[in-house]
Amino acid sequence: MERYYQPEIECASREQILAWQNERLVKQVQYVYDNVPYYRKKMEEKGVTPADVQSVADLHKLPFLTKADLRDAYPYGLCAVPVSEAVRIQSTSGTTGRRVVAFYTQHDLDLWEDCCARAIMAAGGTKDDVVHVSYGYGLFTGGAGLHGGSHKVGSLTLPMSSGNTDRQIQFMCDLGSTILCCTPSYAAYLSESINERGLKDQIHLKAGIFGAEAWTEEMRRDIEKGLGIKAYDIYGLTEISGPGVSFECSAQTGMHINEDHFIAEIIDPVTEEVLPEGEKGELVFTCITKEAFPLLRYRTRDICVLKREKCSCGRTHVKMSKPMGRSDDMLIIKGVNVFPSQIETILLNKGYAANYQLIVDRVNNSDTLEVQVEMTPEMFSDSVSEVTAKEKELVNAMKAMLGIYAKVRLVAPKSIARSEGKAVRVIDKRKLY
Amino acid sequence: MTINQISVFIENKPGKLAEFTDILSKNNIDMRAMSIAETPDFGVLRIIVNDSYNAACVIREAGYVFSITPVLAVAIPDEPGSLGKILNIMGQGDVNLEYLYAFTAPKKDWAYMVFRVQDNEKAIDVLSKNGVKLLNQADLDQLFD
Repeated sequence: MERYYQPEIECASREQILAWQNERLVKQVQYVYDNVPYYRKKMEEKGVTPADVQSVADLHKLPFLTKADLRDAYPYGLCAVPVSEAVRIQSTSGTTGRRVVAFYTQHDLDLWEDCCARAIMAAGGTKDDVVHVSYGYGLFTGGAGLHGGSHKVGSLTLPMSSGNTDRQIQFMCDLGSTILCCTPSYAAYLSESINERGLKDQIHLKAGIFGAEAWTEEMRRDIEKGLGIKAYDIYGLTEISGPGVSFECSAQTGMHINEDHFIAEIIDPVTEEVLPEGEKGELVFTCITKEAFPLLRYRTRDICVLKREKCSCGRTHVKMSKPMGRSDDMLIIKGVNVFPSQIETILLNKGYAANYQLIVDRVNNSDTLEVQVEMTPEMFSDSVSEVTAKEKELVNAMKAMLGIYAKVRLVAPKSIARSEGKAVRVIDKRKLY
Repeated sequence: MTINQISVFIENKPGKLAEFTDILSKNNIDMRAMSIAETPDFGVLRIIVNDSYNAACVIREAGYVFSITPVLAVAIPDEPGSLGKILNIMGQGDVNLEYLYAFTAPKKDWAYMVFRVQDNEKAIDVLSKNGVKLLNQADLDQLFD
């Protein structure tokens, strides 16, 4: 039986959804124009006034926002409310070490948690469930989002956060966790650990909600089999709110976008033209209910397809495919955003030439990052301990900037493959898309 | 009283060392002594050659990362206990040893060691005072005449 958190919204008619979008968009554009000077300036430069946007059909007239705007406007430039009205900050890694910070009013948190509650109920969650949240808590939106959603559903919420696998499994067995929320790679790791210890018959999981990184159908099957559950995908980004921007239902054929809060468009990433329905392109979101951080036409850089066909679950909101790639060079490794330019910055800061290559792979369903660095006379010494100390220094600097461990491999000068004279910076062996 | 050691970065992969030694042989460079310190990813090859200036030019030309380090070469009697004697002298003289390796020359009754220490001046002082025979580049060349 399909369960809904807000059936009157989730299964509303298309006309109703469009009516909400039209009304909220018009109000929101005026609100942003009045309260975010940064965006007002962009509108003025484009010669657009709030009066030009009378419905969703006029959305294309508005200027885009990109990660570069978030960097320029850092930290408060895109915040539409005074600090006194905002109650929360969440953050995600950004380019060249500057983080993206997003703000929330209490109302924003409420709506975000509603979105996550919809995802939990779409995965079969009720107030009788024990929701085991193994997303990281803290600045990362994963923990906070699913935690809040679980409260809204009325489930018993286990705020485990990430790491300490022994304790995760112990609690799972002892407290009878029924819904697991974490990254797909951590779910795969937990599944392996549980089966290695022969504890599969002592866990009571029935479903999992996994997001924040790309995963394949094959990985889904592995996790479903390993844990004896149904695995649901969830999508989101800090800039727009966090997890729950869209989520999978029982059909498992794409993620329903919460269109009462976010208007989705697909554009050609090069020409920036809006593409007709069903075409593959870059996903763009416009937040129509947010107060503190109301981004309009934010370019996600995720490449995907929107599908409006009728869904067997009864929901009427548009479905997006799993992201099929990126329109920039961002990598998502262990759920963390990594830009090659960040690694370049570290190397240059340490006085090395930026001759490097990133090798991303997935070993036992867990991402690995290896940074190959071409040896230079500055790094070299006849003493191995001195060379390894410099190597360690690089590993620590990367851990500090990226938040994840990267293996550094020192390679011979000029050994990194170059195509047409340009070094190939990233080799992603994961084949996720 | 030091001799020049050339240290070269070599990737820890099949065939890499052979590539390097081929370059030396093509350029008629003779190795007097060698050792390798290895990690899972790379090795540091340390060599002492007949003509270190020429070797350095050839190695640079071939695109290797390398460095030249002055090290100490010592002749010791080829009999049990003689290395220990020298190590004790260094220990008592508070000379810290980074690494060492041995090599042979066509001279009966003598063995040869290369010492890499933190402070060459201090080590030379301590060893000379205790009558240990240090070799310079000319001494080394004579051994192989």
